[in-house]
Amino acid sequence: MQSAETLYEKIWNAHLVDRLPDGTCLVAVDRELIYEGASVALAGLARTSRKVRRPRSVLAMADHMVPTRNRAAFTGAARRFIDALRADCEAAGIRYFDLDDQRHGIVHVVGPEQGFTQPGLLMACADSHTSSHGAVGALAFGIGTSELEHVLATQTLMQRPSKTMRVTLDGQVHPAIAGKDLILAVLREIGVGGGIGHAIEFAGSAVAALSMTGRFTLCNMAVEAGARVGIVAPDETTFAWLEGRPMSPPPQYWNAAVDYWRTLRSDDGAQFNREVRLDVSTVVPLVTWGTSPDESVPVDGAVPDPAHASSPQQADAWRRALQYMGLQPGTRIKDIPIDRVFIGSCTNSRLDDLRAAALVLRGHKLARGVHGMVAPGSGVVKQAAEREGLHQVFLDAGFEWRDAGCSMCYGSANDSVAAGERCASTSNRNYENRQGAGARTHLVSPAMAAAAGVAGRFVDVREFT
Amino acid sequence: MVMQKFIRLKAIAAPLPWANVNTDDIFPGPGASPLVRAGRTELITDRSQMGANAFAAYRWNLDGTPIKDFVLNQPPYDRAGILIARENFGCGSSREHAVWCLDGIGIRCVIAPSFGDIFYNNCFKNGMLPVRLPEQAVEGLLAQAAVRTEPTFEVDLEEQMIVAPDGSRHRFEIGDYQRHALLNGLDEIAATLARLPQIEAHEARYYQQRPWLTET
Repeated sequence: MQSAETLYEKIWNAHLVDRLPDGTCLVAVDRELIYEGASVALAGLARTSRKVRRPRSVLAMADHMVPTRNRAAFTGAARRFIDALRADCEAAGIRYFDLDDQRHGIVHVVGPEQGFTQPGLLMACADSHTSSHGAVGALAFGIGTSELEHVLATQTLMQRPSKTMRVTLDGQVHPAIAGKDLILAVLREIGVGGGIGHAIEFAGSAVAALSMTGRFTLCNMAVEAGARVGIVAPDETTFAWLEGRPMSPPPQYWNAAVDYWRTLRSDDGAQFNREVRLDVSTVVPLVTWGTSPDESVPVDGAVPDPAHASSPQQADAWRRALQYMGLQPGTRIKDIPIDRVFIGSCTNSRLDDLRAAALVLRGHKLARGVHGMVAPGSGVVKQAAEREGLHQVFLDAGFEWRDAGCSMCYGSANDSVAAGERCASTSNRNYENRQGAGARTHLVSPAMAAAAGVAGRFVDVREFT
Repeated sequence: MVMQKFIRLKAIAAPLPWANVNTDDIFPGPGASPLVRAGRTELITDRSQMGANAFAAYRWNLDGTPIKDFVLNQPPYDRAGILIARENFGCGSSREHAVWCLDGIGIRCVIAPSFGDIFYNNCFKNGMLPVRLPEQAVEGLLAQAAVRTEPTFEVDLEEQMIVAPDGSRHRFEIGDYQRHALLNGLDEIAATLARLPQIEAHEARYYQQRPWLTET
């Protein structure tokens, strides 16, 4: 009998073609997602007269540069990149969802939504948030452009396996606490460097109780801890969510697939390189105050003082962050006014995210002077939301109701937060300049973002009526 | 793609005593780059032109003049071939542009206590050497680099050694495969394609056990 394996090791080993003496592995890649950034890799193949080895293993759509409004007429670099992607995909025989295809959207929303992402698959995409796909039990990670070229040409990667880390989240959370609050709590605990070199498996009763939407958010932001991979063992929630999706296993193979998927869990006694446990029953809504995703405090807390930092280096970093964010130590989070609300991104643009925000917004309007926009994660999400009338809730509250795309998450497609403006954002990175030059980003859950929009400042969504 | 080789380097090192430098910092997105915002360039797609966008939000004013405070705008660091930073350098986005633009301003080696995983791998594909050294050693090197009189460091990949201006020697660890690839400028895709029979044998076994995957 084989020794006890972690979930990560199980999937990795199932894809192992060869292992070199120094630990570098040649691993088979099942499927890859590409977006308009792939043109560099595709051009590399063309230049060397190589072909995409297995075009049916690739799913393509533009998301990073696509405008989320007035899509019919846009020009410039975005147009060139997107036209090039479409042409390259057609030439190579790669499935491509065009902008007017209802299935189009952000790759990390669409892959799982279409059933392209499945438990046990090894998947890659030239985007760090590929970790999102781990929510269904896939081993998925971001790669660079050169590695993408390697994957497209060979359907393999030369990589060292990550070390393993289990983050166990136990306890019953308040109903208003979202996956976003949980991952912000994890980041607070282990820091943005805490997962470097590791693959994080999320486990525990709070993860078992979490919806797929919450699991996507958890795994999506595993990369903000420095971990390339976030993964959750697939369970009944996963199977029910996947059944019947367009690219999910067809009925005649469904039971066989599920039987296999049930084996995808860390064995009892499996050893992790690092274990972290968190009681999440006391987690309250979190708001980032700084310029790193681990710099958050409870909504009823205050901006920290560099004098209380744990090291001179951290004090330096905090001072720089406070200066950029225009905040003073000791300022109460609830006293911070906001200018913008962004609900969207691969972190928080799925139907449940929009439902959570709409639930808060129903019967309310954005505070005077606050701009709000919602960019659903895909055309499918957008249509489902409209069927439920969620778009009307957002529109009535004064939000813009956009099309799917990355846009405001990273100041792309002419959407950005102006210098000095403060944005309550459901995205994943509060880096300096991320949402635009001089933009000040506060990461929060969709419900918290909506509540902040109504109040014009941060409020505790648990007390919001 | 044939990789650029890295064997030895003797160069000035620039100190950037920041932790968690992310790839948005290194290669800002379109909404953050002063170059793009000022209409000086649309989006940089030509690798040979990418140096201009390295740390652009910290290096350039909107009018295109350099921000004098930033280390890479100051002599002698404007000629640096090595960058020294604190932990978790290159975290965040997977954009390989971060490596390309550093290469574009002549940086061929980055020394830090730790790196973002994807950035670390991307370096090797572009003849860039990421060197991990213990935090205390890096703090010492940062201090030496901060001395403005031509702080010249030597990097030797064959010996896996950094020699600092004070003559101190710092051995670093690196995987054999990555070291070999950098020293030889390995064409990884060609090397892997030469192993297709082994890959195909794996796939045949794998898909036979998972018939549901062949239908999509």
